Amino acid sequence: MEHLSQEDRERLALTGLEVGMQNRCGSFFQIDQRVVQTTCGAEGIEMLPIKVALEKYDWMEDYYWNAVPRDADKYTQYVAKQETPQGLVVIAHPGAKVAMPLQACLFLREEPVQHVHNIFIAREDSEIHIISGCASSWQKERGAHIGVTEIYVGKDAKVTSTMIHNWNPGISVFPRSATIVEEGGIFLSNYVCMQPVKQVTMYPTARLIGKNAVARFSSIVVATPGSLLDLGSRTILAAEYTSTELITRAITTGGVAISRGHILGEKENTRGHIECKGLILKDGTIHAIPEIEGTLTGTELSHEAAVGKIARHEIEYLMARGLSEEEATATIIRGFLDVKISGLPAVLQRQIDAAIDEAESGF
Amino acid sequence: MTECRMLDISDLHVSVDGTEVLRDINLRIGQGETHVLMGPNGSGKSTLLKAIMGFGGYRITAGSITFKGDDITHIPIHERAHLGIGMMFQHPPTISGLKLGKLLVATSHMSEDAIEALAQLVNMEKFLARDINVGFSGGEIKRSEVLQLMVQRPDFVMLDEPESGVDLENMSLMGKEIAGLLEKDVHIINRRRSGLIITHTGYILDYLEADQGHVMIGGQIRCHGNPREILRVIKEKGYGECLRCKQI
Repeated sequence: MEHLSQEDRERLALTGLEVGMQNRCGSFFQIDQRVVQTTCGAEGIEMLPIKVALEKYDWMEDYYWNAVPRDADKYTQYVAKQETPQGLVVIAHPGAKVAMPLQACLFLREEPVQHVHNIFIAREDSEIHIISGCASSWQKERGAHIGVTEIYVGKDAKVTSTMIHNWNPGISVFPRSATIVEEGGIFLSNYVCMQPVKQVTMYPTARLIGKNAVARFSSIVVATPGSLLDLGSRTILAAEYTSTELITRAITTGGVAISRGHILGEKENTRGHIECKGLILKDGTIHAIPEIEGTLTGTELSHEAAVGKIARHEIEYLMARGLSEEEATATIIRGFLDVKISGLPAVLQRQIDAAIDEAESGF
Repeated sequence: MTECRMLDISDLHVSVDGTEVLRDINLRIGQGETHVLMGPNGSGKSTLLKAIMGFGGYRITAGSITFKGDDITHIPIHERAHLGIGMMFQHPPTISGLKLGKLLVATSHMSEDAIEALAQLVNMEKFLARDINVGFSGGEIKRSEVLQLMVQRPDFVMLDEPESGVDLENMSLMGKEIAGLLEKDVHIINRRRSGLIITHTGYILDYLEADQGHVMIGGQIRCHGNPREILRVIKEKGYGECLRCKQI
């Protein structure tokens, strides 16, 4: 950490990196292609560089390029052809539960492309919360980050994956993620991107293969001028009594935010809902593309999407209580972005709130 | 008591979307006075309240509004609020993500405990953690509005149909607190706060005395007088009588 400048430390702090690890029980830190820290003090939990994990456990092969196919697209192919895979493996052994988050920090500083392959495995009845902070150095003008993440949520296990991005206007980002959730498993995915970036394209998929599995995706994003955020999330309800929610709050201050969503209900007694709300603060684009696809009578799917500006009568209502127009506007935006995520540890919610507060001062 | 002016509206004309809705409005409300405004639907009563509050879309084309001696005809809404004007909305917006309690803290200098104590008076303590007006019933919306005014403590309170959609039990609860907002418990000599209340039914008068009544028809105030007497005539003969008779 001592190699980082003060500016970069501050950028990383915004993505949730706790340098002093006060509220973390494990930490992984990769700068460009170099793993600089892997430490974990939680019982029953292992954090390993992927190379080490593949050597240590034969069964890792079952999880390596399983949820995400190697040849899904040119980005996965790029990561697959690397001789030395880099990235993080988290293994929560059966029954291991930690409320304190593990942090994974991926920092792009000098190289043109950073590639990462992460695998999170929560075995039966385990519980882990992972906060992935991705950022680029304040002086990094151009570059790309390609990150493959495979997540396996075992029977009755729970995984919370919170990703906070803090890039620069010249950085392109291509996360490629997929999750498999077994019976009774819970997967919560949270994504926050409030700072300028050249482009982010991603469409993470959760496949619920066991009864009563649940997936919930929440995204809170701001498209600043010049940013293209092409974001989606997909859940396949592939077992009975599975359910999902895909929630997005998107703001444009001049950039383009595309919010895709797809739920496929293919088994009896399944439920899914997509909710996308967009706020156009300055001329830009918010394009909501919700898709719900049911293949039998026993699935109930719905979506709601709304795009618009802040209603004048809401601003005036708050002004009648004494807030200035600027204060009223900021208060409404703050409320708009306030997606309380059930099951999220308070420390992670505070991190999301902090990212929102930081961006809000720029509106 | 009336020597001290709270509100003074002179020859006011207001247009909405290019159409004149209010004409030649003259209204004077003294310190400590409560006035009621009656009139058929669409006569311009709510427009007058919104013009006094300063909402966009209510364009003042002539005349002036003076509040406690200051000309407020063209100042922004929040400055009017700071000067001491408060309004209970008939149809307030829902604002998702904004907690009622958070707004009350943001718009006052009161502690959360003090706000909770006030909320208990109108059975709203459980709503402080809820998004403003989201999923509130008619009565809950009114109680939320009253609570916001209790926190704001305006010198001049405007109430737009406080009775509508409220059951008797809630009406009694609210009536008491509204009377408190208007310092009805304070001796008339020392009473400082004033009010302007739009009412169709007059039920609010069961909880507080009003000093003057006005009838608005077709964007004009057609008569002034004793509020109960005006209400009685309207109940017996309808607003048609007010059209025939310019002076009750």
